[in-house]
Amino acid sequence: MSPALIAALPFLGAALPALLIRTGRNNAAAASALITGLALLGLLLHLPTVLAGGVVESRIDWLPWLGLNVNFWIDGLGMLFATLILGIGLLIILYARYYLSNKDPVGQFYTYLLLFQGAMVGIVLSDNILLLLIFWELTSLSSFLLIGYWKHLPEGRQGARMALTVTGLGGLSMIAGMLILGNIVGSYDISEILKHKDMIQASPLYLPALLLILGGAFTKSAQFPFHFWLPRAMAAPTPVSAYLHSATMVKAGLFLMARMWPVLAGTPEWFYIVAGVGLITMLIAAKIAIFKHDMKALLAYSTVSHLGLITFMLGLGTQAGALAAVFHIINHATFKAALFMSAGIVDHEAGTRDLTRVSGLRKLMPITFTIATIAALSMAGIPLFNGFLSKEMMLEAAAHTAWLGNAWIVPALATLAALFSATYAFRFISHGFFGPVSKDLPKTPHDPSFGMWFSPAFLVVLVLAIGVFPMAVAGPYVQMATNAVVGGGYHMHALKIWHGVTPALIMSAIAVTGGLVLLAAHAPLQRLWDGMPRPDAKVIFDWIVAQVQGLSDWITQGLNNGAMARYLMLFTVASVGAGIYAFTTGAMGPQTRALTPVNGAAVTAWLLLLTATGCIVAFHHNRILALVLIGIVGLTVSMSFIYLSAPDLALTQISVEVVTAVLMLLALNFLPKVTRIESSRFKISFDVALSVVAGIAVSGLIYALMMRDFAFPSMSGYMLANSYNLAGGDNVVNVILVDFRGYDTYGEITVLGIAALVIFALTETLLQGASSRKLIAWRPDVARGGDKHPLILLIVTRVMMPIALVVGLYIFLRGHNEPGGGFIAGLVVAIALVTQYMASGFAWTQARQKVYYHVLIASGVLVAGVTGAGAFFNDMPFLTSDFGYFKLPGLEKFELATAAGFDLGVFLGVVGSVMLALGGLSRLARRAAMGEQDGEEGAHIVAEKPEARVLAPLAAGPYPPEAKVPRRWWSTARAAQEATRAERDQVHENKMKNKEEDH
Amino acid sequence: MEVLVSSAIGVLTAAGIYMILRLRTFPVVIGMSLLSYGVNVFLFATGRLVVNQPPILREGVTSYTDPIPQALVLTAIVISFGMTAVVVMLALGAFIEAGDDRIDLDESEGDQ
Repeated sequence: MSPALIAALPFLGAALPALLIRTGRNNAAAASALITGLALLGLLLHLPTVLAGGVVESRIDWLPWLGLNVNFWIDGLGMLFATLILGIGLLIILYARYYLSNKDPVGQFYTYLLLFQGAMVGIVLSDNILLLLIFWELTSLSSFLLIGYWKHLPEGRQGARMALTVTGLGGLSMIAGMLILGNIVGSYDISEILKHKDMIQASPLYLPALLLILGGAFTKSAQFPFHFWLPRAMAAPTPVSAYLHSATMVKAGLFLMARMWPVLAGTPEWFYIVAGVGLITMLIAAKIAIFKHDMKALLAYSTVSHLGLITFMLGLGTQAGALAAVFHIINHATFKAALFMSAGIVDHEAGTRDLTRVSGLRKLMPITFTIATIAALSMAGIPLFNGFLSKEMMLEAAAHTAWLGNAWIVPALATLAALFSATYAFRFISHGFFGPVSKDLPKTPHDPSFGMWFSPAFLVVLVLAIGVFPMAVAGPYVQMATNAVVGGGYHMHALKIWHGVTPALIMSAIAVTGGLVLLAAHAPLQRLWDGMPRPDAKVIFDWIVAQVQGLSDWITQGLNNGAMARYLMLFTVASVGAGIYAFTTGAMGPQTRALTPVNGAAVTAWLLLLTATGCIVAFHHNRILALVLIGIVGLTVSMSFIYLSAPDLALTQISVEVVTAVLMLLALNFLPKVTRIESSRFKISFDVALSVVAGIAVSGLIYALMMRDFAFPSMSGYMLANSYNLAGGDNVVNVILVDFRGYDTYGEITVLGIAALVIFALTETLLQGASSRKLIAWRPDVARGGDKHPLILLIVTRVMMPIALVVGLYIFLRGHNEPGGGFIAGLVVAIALVTQYMASGFAWTQARQKVYYHVLIASGVLVAGVTGAGAFFNDMPFLTSDFGYFKLPGLEKFELATAAGFDLGVFLGVVGSVMLALGGLSRLARRAAMGEQDGEEGAHIVAEKPEARVLAPLAAGPYPPEAKVPRRWWSTARAAQEATRAERDQVHENKMKNKEEDH
Repeated sequence: MEVLVSSAIGVLTAAGIYMILRLRTFPVVIGMSLLSYGVNVFLFATGRLVVNQPPILREGVTSYTDPIPQALVLTAIVISFGMTAVVVMLALGAFIEAGDDRIDLDESEGDQ
């Protein structure tokens, strides 16, 4: 099975348990086990190759230019970890089936578990650090889901958040470190990086990269001072604790250190940081574990301590250290997972796992007692159990390690840590399983069913087998993985129980004896411990989080206070500032172009534009006037386009101008017709100053640009030269749109369609509920013309309609060679349709309109896409066009290009979008007109919903009373209008009153 | 000619920014339209000003204006219509729902 498939299997299978849970818990569990088993089988099929020193690879290029490839490999280290992950995963799946209760969402659990498993396998099999980082983050996310699985428990949620915060931050730091590393080597493939030890260690960026990567590894593996999250994560269900927090996820950090060992280890920095942190963690966590009453908390701290041990071993940078680390990874995974599951069984059967409450379980639960004792003795480091062997190796290595020239401090601390470790292991057994049988437990405990004790039993069999026959059972695996850690060429001495009386054996004996002594003295020590003030990690963590959150709140609230005008102001200031900075610090080349001569027409247009723009600013309070003025600006711009050799732009601009004006008028129908002066004089002066500065800056920039030639040769030359040869079109702008840059256009019509659909959705919302009632209650605030549909307009537009359509068709057809094309033709046809709506009314037109505009949009995008995809049949890339010349009898020779099909899509998309957008606004107007009508329909709705009248009628925008109505010319018109309106309201109300009385 | 075009772009931009800084939706929409004109003409002018040389291929003609900015601006014009339409609709919806066309939230609303 390909390594990529092994990593993908758990992800692919993750949906199964969620689906199968409806058929029962057994099926969900069986499906998960099947998936895991398949992946494990596929993995183990490669075992002979890997044991023989080979590497299995599968490589898929994903984003090669980023160095991000989906490269997987199975080497010795990956094989060891993947076996642990999948093997223990299988056991956990079985255990969880019996551990979780009927009330728990079991399907969810297995789905999360498989996701997590896939992410873990992905980490250990990745041969690309960027890919590894993706899986790394996935483990953080999926473990968040698993830790917080019992959503009703606050500790679970808090623990999950804390774990995610700490490991997530570590992951960020690791991303930075990995990027540096990849940059030094020039490749992101791990197999490639591992070949460049000297290059990496000689780099000045070695230390930053090391620190950042260790940041990721230490947080994930709960090393001091990031150890605090792991005990809090114990709020998770026990199968999760056993799987994530003893056997797999917390080992990801160790895996990473082991993976990078060949290139990062061996320097003093590595030794002092990694070995130092490992040793401190081992010691501190072991000490805390002694005093924990909760079995799981005790095990959690002991896990932290053992992770410290492995980190310490990796930190030594010697082959003996690497061997001890690898061996202890295996041993710890077996005995610690078994211990967690035993604690879970106790909790499950007794209803509590508090060591001060349970005791004497030996008599009630003999099987559990046997399992737990074997595992705990292994943890304590007693001979004939596997924990002894790797602990001996650790002590042996420690005995030969000098710290800053001091030969005894490391051995002493290591012995002390081993002593603490023996103490809590003994305590776990003696307090929980020996002593008098406890009476006041929530449930009377007894051994669980076979399904629940099988998994830990299987593991303790391994504990014993490795402990007694280390070389036969684990030897090849250890050799294989250690060889991978040290970078090849490693030959292990046989693993043996008896090495003679060595310093390690003496240290071990001290540790075990000392452990027994401390256990005897536990009660007074516990009182001493309880009396001691200790920093609470959660309080510190919460404080930091609160501070950071406060800071981010402060920044967000300060910047993002809901005042749009201020955002826009800040944005303008920032852009202008950046521009001025760039201008003052940069250099500018000499002018290379002469001014183009000016004629009278240009000056006239310029004056017109400036006057109209100035008038908009001056008179914008009169909104209708502003709309008229902006039309003038638009038309002037269109004319300038014609003059400046851009006929297509001119056609587009002028037709967009028309639909925009209609759009704004429809909106203005509802909006207040006048903007009052609200801004203070200061704000106005400031805004004027700001916009003048911005205007001058933009003006200067474009002037400077226009007076210089291109700094680099433009690609326009290519397009002009090839427009006819490659795309068969003379109109280069149109050819660019439908051919050279067809992809952009395709995206463009899609966006336009989405915009129209957004408008449609907004309209639908507004036509329901309270806003609909407000619309019905709405009455026009300006006097209406007497004739709704003037006859002349009506007739002229109906006569014009076919002509306009023919013009649209003509513009469309000639677009490839002459000014025109799908965009412009679409706009022209849309205008033709809109005039019908305007002249004949929405209802009349809609009744004769047989095609939904949605369909037009969809078919536009579809036609363009299908035309583009047609290129596939000629083995060409998407949107490559083809063309040819044809001759039909009776007609001149003419050209057919596939680009025309694409342009047809553009045309349909534009017509549909424009019409749907404008149609939306008209529907609002129509709903509002219902209230106005005296006809049956409107009255009907009002009668049905009498509250519609009462509901806040649309007032002309609640201004503060002191806001001034600007300009003298407004007041008279306004007064006249308001008089008419009041009169009309009066009439209307009377009518309504009469009607109500009739009823 | 360059002076006229660059000053026109400057005026359009300045007016657009001034209008955008107003407090009601309609002037802001007007401001956005003005700014769109300014930006479109700006983009167009990056192709340098050329008179009477449209990019329509003809026998015997050898020099044409730069077609790329034109293609860019053509799509920009159409897209800015789509954008204006959405913004207008949002403004209208907000006005109908809230009975108010202010663009700023009040202090209390801002906290939500």
